[in-house]
Amino acid sequence: MKLSESFRLALKNIVASKVRTLLTMLGIIIGVTAVIVIVGLGNGMEKYMTDSFSDMGTNLLTVMIPGRGSSRSVSVDQMYTIVAENPEYFDQLSPTVSMSGTVKIGTETADSTSVTGVSEDYFNMAGYAVASGRGLEYVDVAGRKNVCVIGSYLAQTYYSGSAVGQTIKVGANKLTIVGVMAQEADEMESGGTDDCIYLPYSTAARLSGTGTISSYSISVINEDAISESKAALESALYQIFEDDDAYMVTSMAELLDTMTSMINVLIIVLALIAAISLVVGGIGIMNIMLVSVTERTKEIGIRKALGAKERSIMQQFVIEAATTSTLGGLLGIAFGYLLSGIATLVIASLLEVDMAVTPTFGSILLAVGVSVAIGVVFGYLPAKKAARLNPIDALRYD
Amino acid sequence: MSALIEFQDVSKLYQMGDTTIRAADHISMKIDAGEFVAIVGQSGSGKSTCMNIIGCLDVPTEGTYLLDGNDVGQMNKNQLAAIRNRKLGFIFQQYNLLPKLTLLENVEVPLMYAGVPRAERQERARVALEMMGLGDKLRQKPLQLSGGQQQRVSIARALVGEPAVILADEPTGALDSKTGREVLQILHDVHEAGNTVVLITHDNSIARQAQRIIRLEDGRVIYDGNSQAPEAVVSASQTERGPVQ
Repeated sequence: MKLSESFRLALKNIVASKVRTLLTMLGIIIGVTAVIVIVGLGNGMEKYMTDSFSDMGTNLLTVMIPGRGSSRSVSVDQMYTIVAENPEYFDQLSPTVSMSGTVKIGTETADSTSVTGVSEDYFNMAGYAVASGRGLEYVDVAGRKNVCVIGSYLAQTYYSGSAVGQTIKVGANKLTIVGVMAQEADEMESGGTDDCIYLPYSTAARLSGTGTISSYSISVINEDAISESKAALESALYQIFEDDDAYMVTSMAELLDTMTSMINVLIIVLALIAAISLVVGGIGIMNIMLVSVTERTKEIGIRKALGAKERSIMQQFVIEAATTSTLGGLLGIAFGYLLSGIATLVIASLLEVDMAVTPTFGSILLAVGVSVAIGVVFGYLPAKKAARLNPIDALRYD
Repeated sequence: MSALIEFQDVSKLYQMGDTTIRAADHISMKIDAGEFVAIVGQSGSGKSTCMNIIGCLDVPTEGTYLLDGNDVGQMNKNQLAAIRNRKLGFIFQQYNLLPKLTLLENVEVPLMYAGVPRAERQERARVALEMMGLGDKLRQKPLQLSGGQQQRVSIARALVGEPAVILADEPTGALDSKTGREVLQILHDVHEAGNTVVLITHDNSIARQAQRIIRLEDGRVIYDGNSQAPEAVVSASQTERGPVQ
């Protein structure tokens, strides 16, 4: 008997007992739905984190020099030398000086604006673009000029877009705005990526009265080799300080990797727990198929009398089980998608986080594959039982 | 020319607990193509065993059963299934139709297992049902029909594969006498059309419809001959008591 015939018979039987089939499939439906939603949730979390981290720059290494526990220190020139001596790892360098001080535009005060002193290379390293005016230049740094580039949030909110040439006050110091950055974040908000002021680090150091610069950003040539680059930087710093407590090198990419793999482990564990439901569903299918074989003993006897071989009977029951579980799997995928959509909305409204629960194509393939396999595996035993029935006894069965 | 059905010293033994039951006891007989034969006997006479063996549902414990020259005793389950499919058409007392399938699909079943393509199968099943006067009920389910109509469906199913032997097991047993006569008439027609018909029954009046009677008792053949001869309807136990009226 052809497979298509068995498939038609299976569909006929499934349609003939809809309620029973639906109840039989329930375990599979729940299992597949759970696996898809959980994997989708993990996928969404990972994507959300990657996006958040890439705003901070995954190609950057950050060096912090606390300035305690060591009498030695490192100068800006020494840092530039390290970068220049390791061209295979490092691309550009920028000292970073965070300033505190109230930001005032005329009489208005911006509370949550971040003010950072950087080098002329910083925008290039962080991937920021200048929308109008110009960026910071070497002469600004060398001359410690009172100039700055502001984020688009400030430009829009306080200067109605035409900020270049105007002035802004940080603490008691008046800075001339020479450029406005392009919008970086999806939404502009107070305290966001676009609520910022960048000025030359030399100016920032002078204005805030700090003599030594304690923080640097370094961009790497190859993002994939970030660990090696980090090691190279650490060994160069060790030669200067001869004390590995005196400096701290962190990379966003490594942090992201660690967090991603933690999320993955969590998701795998959750998905495995959800998959237990698939096994339970499979046992449910086996149970119903065993009942079905007993109920249909007479039918099996008739079919055998009319010339059905063991293989045909076997095939009929295995395909019926596999069709049932596959249908369950498909329904589970549909429910999984539905629930993912709902979860995305719920997360957006409850947590005000823009995180999409996105089921992966792989998890769908896996779900279908597993459902088919469950049908075949758990349908095998009942089918074997059916195929082995003695036609005379089966015909006599009522 | 060899016979279509040939029993050579066939015995069938069953183990019931500690005792062995000899359901068929050294039976030898021959049925030629085109015959209409009734195998008659009371319950326990061995006629069901005979029918199972003829129908290739069971194999003899001893002796040889040749169906159309094939030694059935040497066949495995798959070969038995194949020979049932090709050589035999069953008509059962309880019709044994599949209740979830339509009449057309019921009649298609033997052809499906024979690997006949779907379009041809439907056409042949339709023709067979039309011959039985059920051409207007192709899409109905068996339980919507009367007993006589259901039995006609099962006759259509038996004929559709053009088997060598039509094997009817108490075909009128579940029917009233009028419908029973109609079904027997159909079997006559089937025989007239050139088919070999083997009728299994306990009822002498039905057995006499056949040309020839093989009477079984206690697993042995006690009569084999013309159905109209007076001794054909008399069992051994009855002869001891005197002739039947």
